[in-house]
Amino acid sequence: MNYLPNILFAIILIAGIGFFAKNIQKLFRNIKLGKDKEINDNKPQRWKNMAMIALGQSKMVKRPVSGFFHIIVYVGFVIINIEVLEIIIDGLFGTHRIGHQILPESVYGFLIGTFEILATLVFIAVVIFWIRRNVIKLKRFMSAEMKGWPKNDGNFILYFEMVLMTLFLVMNATDSSFQAANSGNIISQFISPLFGDNLETLHIIERAAWWLHITGILVFLNYLYYSKHLHILLAFPNTYFGKLTPKGQFPNNDVVTKEVMLMMDPDADPYAAPAETDTEEVPAKFGASDVQDLSWLNLLNAYSCTECGRCTSECPANLTGKKLSPRKIMMDTRDRLEEVGKNIDANKGVFVDDGKQLLNDYITPEELWACTSCNACVEACPISIDPLNIIMEMRSYLVMEESAAPMELNNMMTNIENNGAPWPYNQMDRLNWKDE
Amino acid sequence: MSEQLIVPTMAEMMAEGKTPDILFWVGSAGSYDDRAKKITKAFVKILNKANVNFAVLGTEESATGDLAKRSGNEFLFQMQAIMNIEVLNGYEVKKIVTCDPHSFNCLKNEYPGLGGKYEVLHHTQFIKELINTKQLEIKDSDYKGKRITFHDPCYLGRANSEYEAPRDVLNTLNATLLEMKRSKSTALCCGAGGAQMFKEPEKGDKDINELRTEDALKTNPDIIATGCPYCMTMMSDGVKVKEKENEIKVMDVAELIASSQNL
Repeated sequence: MNYLPNILFAIILIAGIGFFAKNIQKLFRNIKLGKDKEINDNKPQRWKNMAMIALGQSKMVKRPVSGFFHIIVYVGFVIINIEVLEIIIDGLFGTHRIGHQILPESVYGFLIGTFEILATLVFIAVVIFWIRRNVIKLKRFMSAEMKGWPKNDGNFILYFEMVLMTLFLVMNATDSSFQAANSGNIISQFISPLFGDNLETLHIIERAAWWLHITGILVFLNYLYYSKHLHILLAFPNTYFGKLTPKGQFPNNDVVTKEVMLMMDPDADPYAAPAETDTEEVPAKFGASDVQDLSWLNLLNAYSCTECGRCTSECPANLTGKKLSPRKIMMDTRDRLEEVGKNIDANKGVFVDDGKQLLNDYITPEELWACTSCNACVEACPISIDPLNIIMEMRSYLVMEESAAPMELNNMMTNIENNGAPWPYNQMDRLNWKDE
Repeated sequence: MSEQLIVPTMAEMMAEGKTPDILFWVGSAGSYDDRAKKITKAFVKILNKANVNFAVLGTEESATGDLAKRSGNEFLFQMQAIMNIEVLNGYEVKKIVTCDPHSFNCLKNEYPGLGGKYEVLHHTQFIKELINTKQLEIKDSDYKGKRITFHDPCYLGRANSEYEAPRDVLNTLNATLLEMKRSKSTALCCGAGGAQMFKEPEKGDKDINELRTEDALKTNPDIIATGCPYCMTMMSDGVKVKEKENEIKVMDVAELIASSQNL
């Protein structure tokens, strides 16, 4: 017996999965470049959020058209992948349609029939997505940050899916024994006549489609790491770790609290040596000017973003022509993180200063200062990404490390410092309204 | 209308050995901004009418620090917060009401972690409570049948998921409540948040308040209602830009309630 195909299959499978595992390791390494942030509260609510928002797509359907087609692609993708199990077993053991042999005819027919219907629906949905991006040219896919790679990436994913679905249906249509059984070939029976009835030709096409299908799946799996499409995996942890406190609640900086408390404590000795526990602490840098200053959750957010642009399409600054785009904030964060990761790889595991950072080289102060902190972007994100937190961290850096707030804001803050109000009015006049 | 407002301060109350049920946090805008002061007074009239046992901090109140925090100055924010908390805890304050959603959000969400734990209400929530408990009775109003559209302040709505209280209060006026296309969780910001109120906007093709005013005008309203002193400024300016200030009034929910009852 000829074992060559089995060996070849095993090699392709191991290489595909192995390369993917290596990239996932790199992904974890990069996310961990972010600052520690402990998130282990209220687990029941977190599981619930993941079930509702990621698994249940509850926020996707806020926009019914894209939500509906997205659910088709999502459900189709998950369910059709059951078929991969059969392909792997067949490939490794040289069987042909192992499911057909061990499952009752009706069960196997039902399964494959379902897959065929879903594959067709996915194909249609993906074509509609392609039309929205390339023919209708929906505004949110046309923004400045969507030129070049992000635009191509979006289309590549759609082409991948069209090709994979087509190969699956062709593989079934040209499988003469499967067609002869006439069970589960709900869609493929109509495609089958296109390929004629020469058994040998049919067999060659079937084998080609089969190999291309499984290879395509493995290539797609490995494409994820380089693509915005990572969301199909990361949406789950991202919704789990998403913010549970009210959207308006911004975290208080503990290092600042310590300093302020010390300043306000009349008994504190300003010349006292720092406490034992403080000696190991690196002098705190306030806010964020590069990806390492952000939390690991900010970085997970960046990898999870699939650039749908719902955030940007609801952003008041962006809607009125300002440069700020919350989606660009996430894309820039990821691009810079990738750059830092590559730098570490190239320098034997250590980051060597490249004279660049997230601030200025990717995100400009003009973008950061245009934000109204209205939370529209956070509300709009279908998978709980928080661009506002990154914006606020970077503003913090600008103000606390660089004293680089816009002049009017500096005046406003000086007023608060001097007289406890954003305007230059005397605090003693605070109750004057009563008698006016 | 010229009736004297009763506005006791915490210090006066304490000197008399009295404890108020609730502290009215006036906020910087409510204390100094000419338009916002009218909201403050309208709310006090409601408090007086409902015989609420309240007090203000008066000259002991200082900016919450919210603006500093949103500008990125965590240090100044915490200085303000810790000073205010010292005053509030000194008076053993348990419950606070404010007309400013930014103060509301800051006191409610960001003060607890610094030692300031209070029950905090937005004035629309408190007015709703007064109506529900019959402490405040809404009799027939001039606003019956008027077309009112409510603009959700970001720091009340999205930031704290309170969409119903202002609408419930407005509903007692028997007016026609109109929803803008972008409302509640998808409401568009007025443009003042995140300290934008105090700076020139970045370069763009339009001001945010103008876009939001266009949203409001599409409902063809007689009145644009708000629940925030900063939204008040932005929406009033927006209406002026559109040269509609003679036909359309911008009013706070408290002003609508107070004027409807001839307070």
